[in-house]
Amino acid sequence: MADVLTYVLHFQGAFNKNSLGAVSEGAARAQEIGGQCHAVVVGGEDLSDELCSSLGAYGATRVFRAAGLEGLAQPVIDVMAKVIDDHGHSYALFGGGLLGFEIGAGLAARKQAGVTMEVTQVRAENGKLVAERPILQDSKVSVSRYRGDLGIIIGRINAFETVTRDGGSAEVVDVDVDYSPWSNQATMVARGEQRGADVDIEGADILVAGGRGLGKPEGFELVEQLAAAFGGNTAVAATRAVVDAGWYPYAAQIGQTGKTVSPKLYLAAGISGAIQHKVGMQSSENIIAINKDANAPIFEFSDLGVVGDLNKILPRLADAIKAKKGG
Amino acid sequence: MKICVLVKEVPDAAVEKRIDPSTGRMDRSGEKNLNPYDTHAIEAAMQIREGGAVQVDEIVALTMGPESAMRALHKAVSLGADRSIHLTDPALAGSDVAATGYALSKALASEQPDLVLLGQQSDDGECYTIGAVVADHLQMPSLTQVIKMDVEDGALRCERQAEYGYDTVQVRLPAVISVGDAINEPRYPSLKAIMGARKKPLEQVAAGDVGIDPGLVGADGSRVQCGDFHDPPAKAPGQVIEDEDTSETVDKIVAWLEERKLI
Ligand SMILES: Cc1cc2nc3c(=O)[nH]c(=O)nc-3n(C[C@H](O)[C@H](O)[C@H](O)COP(=O)(O)OP(=O)(O)OC[C@H]3O[C@@H](n4cnc5c(N)ncnc54)[C@H](O)[C@@H]3O)c2cc1C
Ligand SMILES: Cc1cc2nc3c(=O)[nH]c(=O)nc-3n(C[C@H](O)[C@H](O)[C@H](O)COP(=O)(O)OP(=O)(O)OC[C@H]3O[C@@H](n4cnc5c(N)ncnc54)[C@H](O)[C@@H]3O)c2cc1C
Repeated sequence: MADVLTYVLHFQGAFNKNSLGAVSEGAARAQEIGGQCHAVVVGGEDLSDELCSSLGAYGATRVFRAAGLEGLAQPVIDVMAKVIDDHGHSYALFGGGLLGFEIGAGLAARKQAGVTMEVTQVRAENGKLVAERPILQDSKVSVSRYRGDLGIIIGRINAFETVTRDGGSAEVVDVDVDYSPWSNQATMVARGEQRGADVDIEGADILVAGGRGLGKPEGFELVEQLAAAFGGNTAVAATRAVVDAGWYPYAAQIGQTGKTVSPKLYLAAGISGAIQHKVGMQSSENIIAINKDANAPIFEFSDLGVVGDLNKILPRLADAIKAKKGG
Repeated sequence: MKICVLVKEVPDAAVEKRIDPSTGRMDRSGEKNLNPYDTHAIEAAMQIREGGAVQVDEIVALTMGPESAMRALHKAVSLGADRSIHLTDPALAGSDVAATGYALSKALASEQPDLVLLGQQSDDGECYTIGAVVADHLQMPSLTQVIKMDVEDGALRCERQAEYGYDTVQVRLPAVISVGDAINEPRYPSLKAIMGARKKPLEQVAAGDVGIDPGLVGADGSRVQCGDFHDPPAKAPGQVIEDEDTSETVDKIVAWLEERKLI
């Protein structure tokens, strides 16, 4: 048997896009090694039969549903470990995000399995799955091969495309799980809190993004002035570093635990270009980076890199663009 | 309360990181340093101690690594840990995440901590996952990427950013928490602390001392083999401007934007 088990995260009655990507990827790869793709969902009443069987459209043939706490990794580890024990899946596959890392790694510990994270490509080789992972700031790619009965693959965000097929409907199987005592030691107090204003940036043609290099919350004034100079359908975006620091709203965050965008222009000021940021904006049509450190990783994937102090450049760039537009 | 902090030695930020083609492992010959993300974990332990909500009896730093990794422990105690443990054994070399987490959990089990803290990621392997592995072996609850943590009667109130926004999670101790870099601003060690670091107890332990099964660690005990290192598809390098004269720089940016009809 060479079946693939995926975990599908949901929130407020909707499945996570990256989890659906993992189901599609799992289905395609399982087929290549003569197996099927199954999914695990853990949660409450909102996991209706109809919602769960809809995962069939993405390629899952069976959905294991367990009642349990949502948004925490350890209950899911208990469920997946039980399903794998009962059924004998060969691989566990996760889409990108945060929870998949925690579940995949915990499952690796529980089942003495190998794990690869940040995977951008999975392929079949001699009836087994092999995972490719970019390493060292994406300067190299490493290939993982697994030993033992189970291999764990944690995707990078947006790495797996969702593919739907007509008429697919999955069988829904309820599983009863005795949760580990330590799984019951954590409880969710509040989930998915949106910190800061509810700004809408997803449809913008131009995004002017600011990071920790702005130096202080007021630094965002420079970014906002530049965005205003561009005018039209332009919005302001941010990195996790500045959102965590409370300088800018979470709704404007781009990256692994924020939004994925592909505007006509992405102008990054004072942003280092960490992988978790890059994954949310790398498909922008044009990327400009302004950073005072010539070795900043962002210059590796920008179309125009400007090595300099944003405090000097941003205000004058805003003036010059305004002048151009006015003239 | 006893806190154990996991710390790792990594190539210094200024060293170009590379895989040694002969071993297929990280080239660790250059200058090395304490993983910068781990200084946030030590600082978090210090702030719990200084916060006074709970009495912290001991902060113990633990690393697994070769001889040189001892320096990461010196740095950790100069930042506030009371003593340190160096898990070192040739049998551990080449361990993957699952094997490293297992070995660390064995060393931790003999310390019986109430709280294990670690960094959000290492600067070299960037696997983000050691905490989750350690926690499952220790049978403790765990969260990663925590940016706010308060102690309230035997439990931690933790905040972190997840897929849909910020989550607040209550975790009863004992627990394993990996902290995000936004949790605090680590202090600099005083000269006195640096000088005193070598006097704080440092214990070396081998795999057998803490009951590590040799079949589950090292390159042979690891269930994932990373290899076939190759270059990603080449991407045409972008244009770069060094800002010397800002009016000129701005003119160039504007021209670039106009060429692409972006203004
Ligand atoms: C699980 C996980 C999920 C994550 N999710 C996200 C996510 O969704 N989005 C995200 O953005 N990050 C995310 N991160 C964090 C990410 O790894 C980086 O820490 C973050 O993107 C860094 O933000 P930054 O570029 O603003 O800050 P830094 O990395 O600190 O970079 C600041 C940059 O500003 C430059 N600078 C400083 N002063 C100036 C100046 N005067 N002029 C010009 N340049 C200057 C510096 O040279 C530096 O390159 C995540 C991390 C993890 C582990
Ligand atoms: C480029 C590269 C890619 C790799 N890819 C994989 C892979 O896909 N799968 C895999 O299984 N292994 C992989 N490895 C091996 C893995 O990095 C090592 O097993 C490593 O010991 C643990 O991973 P990390 O340091 O990246 O952990 P992370 O999970 O990023 O580290 C988080 C925290 O754990 C603590 N910690 C980590 N290691 C130690 C230690 N030795 N002693 C004390 N505390 C520690 C630190 O507090 C650190 O901040 C890779 C290694 C490299 C260099």
